[in-house]
Amino acid sequence: MPDNGRKADTVTLTIDGREVTVPKGTSLLHAAEGLGVEVPHYCYHPGLSAPAQCRICLVEVEGAPKLQPSCVTMAEDGQVVHTESPSAVRMRKGVLEFYLVNHPLDCPICDMSGECMLQDYVFEEGREKGRSREPKRVFGRDDFGGDVLFYGDRCVMCTRCVRFMDEVARDPRLTVVERGSRAVIDTFFEHGLEGASYAGNIVDICPVGALVSKDFLHKARAWDLDHTESICPGCSQGCNIELHTRDNLVQRLKPRENQEVNGHWMCDYGRANYEWMNHPGRLEEPEVGRGNDRRPADWQEALASLFQRLSDAGGAGVRIVGSPLASNEALAGLAALGGEVGSIEACVFRSPRAPDEDPLPGFPTLVRRRDLAPNVDGAGILGFERVGGDDAAGGLREVAGHDGIILVLGDELRDQSEDFGAAASLFVYLGTADSPAARNADFVLPVTTFAEEEGSFVNVLGRVQRFRQGLQAPGYARPAWLVLGALVGALRGDGTPASAADAFERMAEAHAAFAGLTWEAIGTSGTRLEAAHA
Amino acid sequence: MAYPYRHEKETRVLSEGFGDPAARTVAGWKKYGGYQGIARALEIGREATIEEVKRSGLRGRGGAGFPTGLKWSFMPKDTRRPHYLLCNADESEPGTFKDREIIRWTPHQLIEGCLVGSYAIGASHCYIYLRGEFFESTRVMARALEEAYEEGLVGKDIMGSGVDIDMTLHVGAGAYICGEETGMMNSLEGRRGEPRIKPPFPAAVGAFGMPTTINNVETLAATPHIARHGGEWYRQWGTDKSPGTKLFCVSGHVNKPGNYEFPLGFPLMELIEDVCGGMRDGNAPKAVIPGGSSVPIMSADDCRDCTLCYEGVEAAGSMLGCASVIVMDETADIVKQVRRMAYFYSHESCGQCTPCREGTTWATRILRRIEDGRGTEDDLDTLIEISEQMTGTTICVLSDSLAMPIISSIEKFRDDYLALIRRGERVGAA
Repeated sequence: MPDNGRKADTVTLTIDGREVTVPKGTSLLHAAEGLGVEVPHYCYHPGLSAPAQCRICLVEVEGAPKLQPSCVTMAEDGQVVHTESPSAVRMRKGVLEFYLVNHPLDCPICDMSGECMLQDYVFEEGREKGRSREPKRVFGRDDFGGDVLFYGDRCVMCTRCVRFMDEVARDPRLTVVERGSRAVIDTFFEHGLEGASYAGNIVDICPVGALVSKDFLHKARAWDLDHTESICPGCSQGCNIELHTRDNLVQRLKPRENQEVNGHWMCDYGRANYEWMNHPGRLEEPEVGRGNDRRPADWQEALASLFQRLSDAGGAGVRIVGSPLASNEALAGLAALGGEVGSIEACVFRSPRAPDEDPLPGFPTLVRRRDLAPNVDGAGILGFERVGGDDAAGGLREVAGHDGIILVLGDELRDQSEDFGAAASLFVYLGTADSPAARNADFVLPVTTFAEEEGSFVNVLGRVQRFRQGLQAPGYARPAWLVLGALVGALRGDGTPASAADAFERMAEAHAAFAGLTWEAIGTSGTRLEAAHA
Repeated sequence: MAYPYRHEKETRVLSEGFGDPAARTVAGWKKYGGYQGIARALEIGREATIEEVKRSGLRGRGGAGFPTGLKWSFMPKDTRRPHYLLCNADESEPGTFKDREIIRWTPHQLIEGCLVGSYAIGASHCYIYLRGEFFESTRVMARALEEAYEEGLVGKDIMGSGVDIDMTLHVGAGAYICGEETGMMNSLEGRRGEPRIKPPFPAAVGAFGMPTTINNVETLAATPHIARHGGEWYRQWGTDKSPGTKLFCVSGHVNKPGNYEFPLGFPLMELIEDVCGGMRDGNAPKAVIPGGSSVPIMSADDCRDCTLCYEGVEAAGSMLGCASVIVMDETADIVKQVRRMAYFYSHESCGQCTPCREGTTWATRILRRIEDGRGTEDDLDTLIEISEQMTGTTICVLSDSLAMPIISSIEKFRDDYLALIRRGERVGAA
């Protein structure tokens, strides 16, 4: 201990022969992680308390009489730690064999297979052949309610799920019943996890296939899934997620760690809100012409013709309807186009709102927000004004009967009549699906969903966050930033944005809130828009 | 009512009142010198009381043998936060029945011990965690505590000293693991009886998150005597490393099983052959478990020169534990005994730690198979390896407690195992 009046806030220790300096209060497990040394663990999870009960993270600390649990043993100055010493390896082998005494080894039909921590560790360090010849105890399957199914035989009793419900959801609905090898996770009451709005997270944190999602059950093998970094479109919280896709379909959503937004978690509402990304009935090619004159066209023709109409518009009044599901780049492109062709008389969007919020008490930053769309705040920053009710209907009277230019992006106008835009001199509809209210559109242009493009959203905390493309767009659908960017570029004579990054940079030049930011700087975990929320 | 067996060689300090129903009342207990220990402690003060206990060399009677005075001195001096004394009366080690006798015959001896302990560590509240199956003891203890409150011996301003010490009798639900000190604290708080990881140690963060000391019944019962007569007085008995007297619970194949009190260092064979009246039917002894089921089994050879003190039993290859001597004669089936113990530990494992949860059950299943004549010699190697994997790898020592009898029985009574394995092989071949 240095005693020069200055409080030492780091400690230096040796792990597997390599020196490492970490902040005081860092566990050996974390310190090793910093060196790229993974100490196997089950009960430890960075978002939960550490009971040190799985006993597989034990490491040798020189001078200690026994192996020490690395998840709760704090790093100290001068410590010499061995994670690969014969005693530590022998102990891990032993613990892994213990786990398999009662484990059914039903990997071929287990959803967790391929991403299972038991499978991984046994493959790495386990015995080639188990020695247990005894019959295994059988718990069978239990419906925990909600989306969660429990396979007791696969459980390794790490109690992560119990601790999540106790500590993070603060809704203690799970417990360990019985003792010894008869111990099993169970719910207290008949309704189990039914109605618990964050229970899906226990499926994510289960290190094995004991807790599985009913929705995902037997849908895909883990190794067939592509993982794409994305943002949950369920509400304005903007939880960082991954799209797990196979065969160009989203199979499930998983949270992606971001301590500034959602920690390790996401809500069940957001998790379940993905089917629409796989929805058929999409607009797949551009169409031109009003009403009965509507006919398919290729992009070349449609854009050339639209460019002509826009060039001739000559300062007409422009009324714009955007969408909080559209990316910043698309919305900025829409506003730019409006400004380029005439004077913007209205620039609005509509968004559904839930009656209340649903916070996660143990991680209060994470709240399922009232705004059930990902880019409400981005739309606001880019000059769009919210209209209509909490059901995302109404508020478009001024637009519907407008006799100038109407630009609609991403709003399907479900509540509007077929007369919408009948008086407009030019009505352009960009959307993912056709709409009866788009009957009078002169141009119907198919655009992609957020899952099929790159882009960014601004969440309720004022963070701009990027998402990547996880799906191939159907037919000739194109990202809205590209379509709008091409038109604006043509009108201005400065070319088409080459990428979403390019579109973002053009937006950052035009909107002070994004000034100085670059696509790279936002990275995959986002960054706060200080100016916008100062 | 005469206490079942007495022997003239006994030195009765703790067991003096055993068998005398009058000793269950305050008045009766005072005839045995009761409540003079706490009176003296209050007179000499906290620090001096701890010093006396340190000087006596009293070691924890719950099994680990940790010096009591030293344990008390770990408690923080600052008593602004509440301190607790937790009396471990969850006696459930197989073969042990000494605490029960102290409680059912001399409940005031324990109450006084709890007062001395509470006073010494600055606790204003003492919890007595009593084993759930002890129905009679619970009744006796509850009545004694009520009387002690009425007499002003417990509660506010005890014996007019200005010191407040409250006492709560908490009855467990009958789980062996709640006898482990941190498991007991969890149970007391209303949680699952699962041992806690240390550090933090109970003296820093104990019951209800406050500094806590946990002492065994017999340990606490000895402290009033030490407070009253002084530490040096207590040292007149026992050995240098194991001072004082101790209750020995003798069970098994002896003619006169029971509780006997002797100075530590008493010869094991003399206890069996003289005090307990020798082996049943004149049989030869085969094995002795000297400290409750959690310690290594001793063969008859190991017992020959063994003296019953912490260092003496250790020298003979086992541990004194809580001095619960289980004696088995030549007719005993060691494999069956070990299998029964394994079943006990697998049943009582709390299930937190993997090596214990899975290991105790696996070992039980293997032992049962061997007992049924379906074992192999490889099973013995597996058993030893499982036991080694269960030693020192868990939060508490429950699985270590099973590992010891398994390893020692295979080492010392391998022929018993082999006979069952070979008999099974013959049956299989026929």
